Order: sequence, then structure tokens, then C-alpha cells
Amino acid sequence: MSENAKLMQGNEACTMAAIAAGLEFYAGYPITPSTEIAEMCSEELPKVGGKFIQMEDEIGSISACIGASLTGAKAMTATSGPGFSLMQESIGYASLCEIPVVIIDVQRMGPSTGMPTSPAQGDLMQARWGTHGDHPIIALAPGNVKECYELTFRAFELSEKYRVPVVVLTDEVIGHMREKVVLPDPANYMIPLRAMPQSPAGYKPYAADPNGGVPLMAPFGTGYRWHCTGLFHDENGAPSSKPAVASALLRRLNLKIENRVDELADYVAEGLEDCDLAVVSFGSSAMAALSAVRRSRDEGYRVGMLRLKTIWPFPTALVRRLLAPAKKILVPEMNLGQLAIEIERAAGCERPIIRLGKVSGELFHPDEVFAAIKEAL
Amino acid sequence: MAEFLSYFRQDRLPHIWCPGCGNGTVTGALIRAIDKLGLDKNNIVMVSGIGCSSRAVGYLDFDTLHTTHGRAIAFATGVKLARPRLKVIVITGDGDSAAIGGNHFIHAARRNIDITTIIINNNTYGMTSGQASPMTPHGMLGTTAPYGNVEYNFDLCELAKAAGATYVARATTYHYVLLEDLIGKALMHKGFAVVEVLSQCPTYFGRKNKIGGAVDSLNWIKNQTINIKAAAVLPPEKREGKILIGELHRGEKAEFTQQYLELIARVQRTNPTYARNKGVPGCELNSD
Repeated sequence: MSENAKLMQGNEACTMAAIAAGLEFYAGYPITPSTEIAEMCSEELPKVGGKFIQMEDEIGSISACIGASLTGAKAMTATSGPGFSLMQESIGYASLCEIPVVIIDVQRMGPSTGMPTSPAQGDLMQARWGTHGDHPIIALAPGNVKECYELTFRAFELSEKYRVPVVVLTDEVIGHMREKVVLPDPANYMIPLRAMPQSPAGYKPYAADPNGGVPLMAPFGTGYRWHCTGLFHDENGAPSSKPAVASALLRRLNLKIENRVDELADYVAEGLEDCDLAVVSFGSSAMAALSAVRRSRDEGYRVGMLRLKTIWPFPTALVRRLLAPAKKILVPEMNLGQLAIEIERAAGCERPIIRLGKVSGELFHPDEVFAAIKEAL
Repeated sequence: MAEFLSYFRQDRLPHIWCPGCGNGTVTGALIRAIDKLGLDKNNIVMVSGIGCSSRAVGYLDFDTLHTTHGRAIAFATGVKLARPRLKVIVITGDGDSAAIGGNHFIHAARRNIDITTIIINNNTYGMTSGQASPMTPHGMLGTTAPYGNVEYNFDLCELAKAAGATYVARATTYHYVLLEDLIGKALMHKGFAVVEVLSQCPTYFGRKNKIGGAVDSLNWIKNQTINIKAAAVLPPEKREGKILIGELHRGEKAEFTQQYLELIARVQRTNPTYARNKGVPGCELNSD
């Protein structure tokens, strides 16, 4: 084992990746099964000059993160379903005002208080549509502890680059599972940096850069004196209810992410080219699914696997192309078909798309998925 | 006059407030207090929530943050803790701070974080046209209290004091000189400073309660207040039912972000990996 290899939990990996990415500010509220992230940030951030604050609730937590991000600090919070629900209004604020922020959602069984110590994947649609109005968002779903590290780091890259909230959707099992992670050497990666304007003269906080629709963000307290508002606003940041201004803003915000759907897509595929049946999954469900798919192959069934690591924006065209050879599609997930809805939309209705939803608060066993594969074939 | 206009984003004027509203008076007092203190514009962040009063920041030439309803103090907490060198000022209303944002208000007071919070209390939700607020006095009318308010209002200053704020004052839009003076003192205070400003909403609160127009509303406010210094020498029966104005409380308690910076220094002194982390952005206190 090299000296940079460590045995760690998913929650730990998220925290270490955030700090490696330059996390300067964490605000959070204790909630199972995400609390280790807050605990670790409270201990580690002061060591690197960063700030931790335990807020009075999750609304305050995300709000404080947005405030910190406006001063140029990389900011993150972590939570689970009930807290994620409370954060939604301010996530919409960050989306509209284009404030980078990373949210780790360690999913647990819901709705409501549900089963706090049991894994689930029921926040998939909440991550996309939890706040009101059409809005851009990115959600990444690690499938193991190593990916908790990689995708949290990537969440900062994307959030800073595109000025958009990024959600890392893990779950109770991935958050608490321990695996070996080889930590990258800091010399070998670039800490994500936010693009800054050069001078306050003529600065327009929402003048979209013609190269990609992402305006340059000036940190508060550096002489730019700009206005940030959750009202629809023009290029100068002034509130506006002019129809043309509102429409142009909302379209630009959404297109800045939708236009990059291919670049943002991240997945693992195997055996899809010649399959009779494709299994599509994500996160911890995909562990059991992959095991079942390989066993099926070993037993001579033509089964392929697609595991999505980028959930939002949903890579519709890519999924359609990858799943084209499959005659049937099976979607195991720890909810009642939230990913399956997207697969149905992407793959069309001509083929059977079987929802294998599990909402008992338990992980899938590979045997269950294997049985469903055999039944489907 | 002209020198104060330089604190405004003049291209954003005229403002949206009704004729006779008290928000302009409070905004003017804030600007004059900042000017008198000679504070650096570039070092000030103004944060507000939602409501009539919260629109003030949009007209002012600072880094300004117009947030979600009730959350101004939570956003401000992030700004202040991330960059303690900044002067952070929250402008909020009675609905924004005492109803939906009440939790953030008391917790910021508890932490004693260095934020100056100016609460413009007009006893109603003006932006949504005159509903009862947590500051609507018992028995008075609102569009959601058409038979008279059966609830009781807070004493926001007592609430702030009990929660741990270390500077608490109350002024009114009638007592302008006092208002400007108290805002100045709050700005100079290191810790959570609250200035509640009793203000008028002639359009909704004044009309609904048949108080009259702006001048009548100002007199209505004036007649129910008494300066704390004057109250000290008055017999109890003359103080009965009056609202105290003036500087009401000063407390001694270390400020939150200062303590956090000291914590960082303490941790870094004893952390062997500190040398590696030197120069990390956000590390503002390289005390050793």
C-alpha cells in the first residue's frame, strides 16, 4: 500500500476531497447519516485556515455558504433528505444568482423523518426539481468511496467553473462504507479556481461571457460594489421585471448547463454493445447490479450494464445511444422509479423498461437483481 | 446633500417606496452615519431579506446582497465569518426578522457575531399589502386581522438582549437625530448590534387602523415612545404603556469571528502540518 492510500468512509472521502479542492467554508446542521462530514470539517478546516460553523438549521447552513461564497470562499454543506428539503429555496437562490456552492446529500429513507439510518435513493428528483422554477443544477452520484473523493473534487471544479450549485448524491451505505482510497498527490492536480474580472471599471456582474454564458464573479469586499438579488435581474444586477430580461436570463442560466450535457456526462458502461438486456443504475444500487450483471454474463446471458455518475443534467442522447442495442432495460434503484422515468424518456417506449424499485431501507442483494434479470429475459 | 448621493446607485432611483414611507428616512440615517464615521465603501457588505425595507440595499453603492425571505442574517453570517475584516450590515423588516427569520436573529445574537442589524419595524407586512406581523400590536388591524389582532407582539429589543446581543437600541423615524446617532454607535460596536427603528406605513398600517397619513403616523409613533433617559426620572405612572427609545443595552462578550480567528491560530500553532498549509486562501491570521 502506498503512503497516500487510506482506508476511509465515503463521508470522510467527501470531506478530504473538499479540503483538497480548497474548501474554505463549511456551514451545516447535524443530520444522520451525513454528520461525520460536519464533524470532520469542524476539526480539519481550522488547520488550513478555513471556517466551520454549526448553524441553527439547514436553511441557515446553505444561506451562510452562499454568503461565504460571495466573498470568494469555496463553500460546502452536507445534509440528508429532511435537511436537503429545507435547503431548496436557497439552492434556487444560488442557481439564479449563480453562486458556486457544493451540497453533499447523504440520502436516507424518506419521505419525512423516514428511516434515518437506512440508505435510499429517493432524492434523485428532489436534486433536480426541489426548488421552484426552471433552474440549472448539476448532480453527481458516486458509486463507491473512491468516487466520493473524485466526484466531490469534481463538484468544486464544476461549481466554480459554471457558477452553479452542485449536489453530490451519496447515500447511507456509501457514506459509511469503508474502502481504500489512494489520495492524489497535490502536485498532480489543479485546485479549481473561480474566474475573476480584471477591474471594477465597467464591471457588469451578469454580463454573460460570450464564450459560454458564465459571467465573471467579483468577490465581495474587493471594490466592485455589485448587487446580488434573487429577483430577476439585468446584466448590471439591477432588479428587472421586463419580460425580455427575465426570459433571456432564465434561458441563459439553463442553457449554460444544458449546452454542456456531453462534457458533463460521466458513466461506466460494460457489455452494452451486444446485450439483450441492459441494467441501468447508479450509486450503491449499482454495486449489486454490477455483480448480478457479471454473474449473468458468466452464465451465458447477454446482459450489459450502464452506471451513471452524472445524473443531472441527464445525458439523454448518450443514454439513448448506449441503450440502443438492448431489447429490454432493467432499472434497479432504491426508490420507486425516479431514474426509470428518465430512462423511459431517453430510451422510448418501444422496449420493456422494468422498474426494480426497493424501498425497504435495505441495499439490493446481487441475488435479487440476478433473479430480476433472469425473469426479464 | 450631493455628497450623500454618492452613496446611492443613482441609476436605480427613484425607489419603489410609497410616499410617506419611513424606509427612506432610515436609509438616509444609515448613509449619514456611515459618512460621519468615514467608513470605506469597499469594506462594507449590506445584506437584506425580503420586504419593503429590504429593497434599500439595491439603491446603495456597496457590495449588496438581497437574499431570500428571513435569511439575511444567515447569509450575513457566512459573509462575516468568511471575511471577518468586512463590515457587515443587515437591513431587515419586522416580518423578515421577527417572523420567518426569527431563528437566525436570536442565534446571531447568541453567537455575538459582529453584524449591525437594523430592523425597520412598521408593524405590518407592507410589501404584501398590510397583513398582521409579529410586531402588530394586540387589538390592531391588518388585512389578516380584520377583527383586531388577537396575538401579542414581541419586544424585539428585550428579545435581542435576552438572546445575547451586546448592543441594543431603539429609535424611531420621528426622532431622526437619535436614529442617526444610534446607528453610528451600533456600527462602531464590535459584536451583534441591533437597532430597532419604529417606522410608519401610512399606506397600509396607517390607513387600515385609521391613524391617518404619514404625519399622523409619525405622531402616533412619537406619542407612544419615551427616551430611556427621560424615563429614568419620571414617576412610574407616566412611563406606563410607553415604549422606551435610546440605547437600551450594552453587553460585554467576546465577538464570534474574532474568537474563531483565535481558534484557528491556536489550532495551527499545535498542528504539525501547518507549515505545509501556509498561504492557503482564507487563512487570515498567520499569527505564527
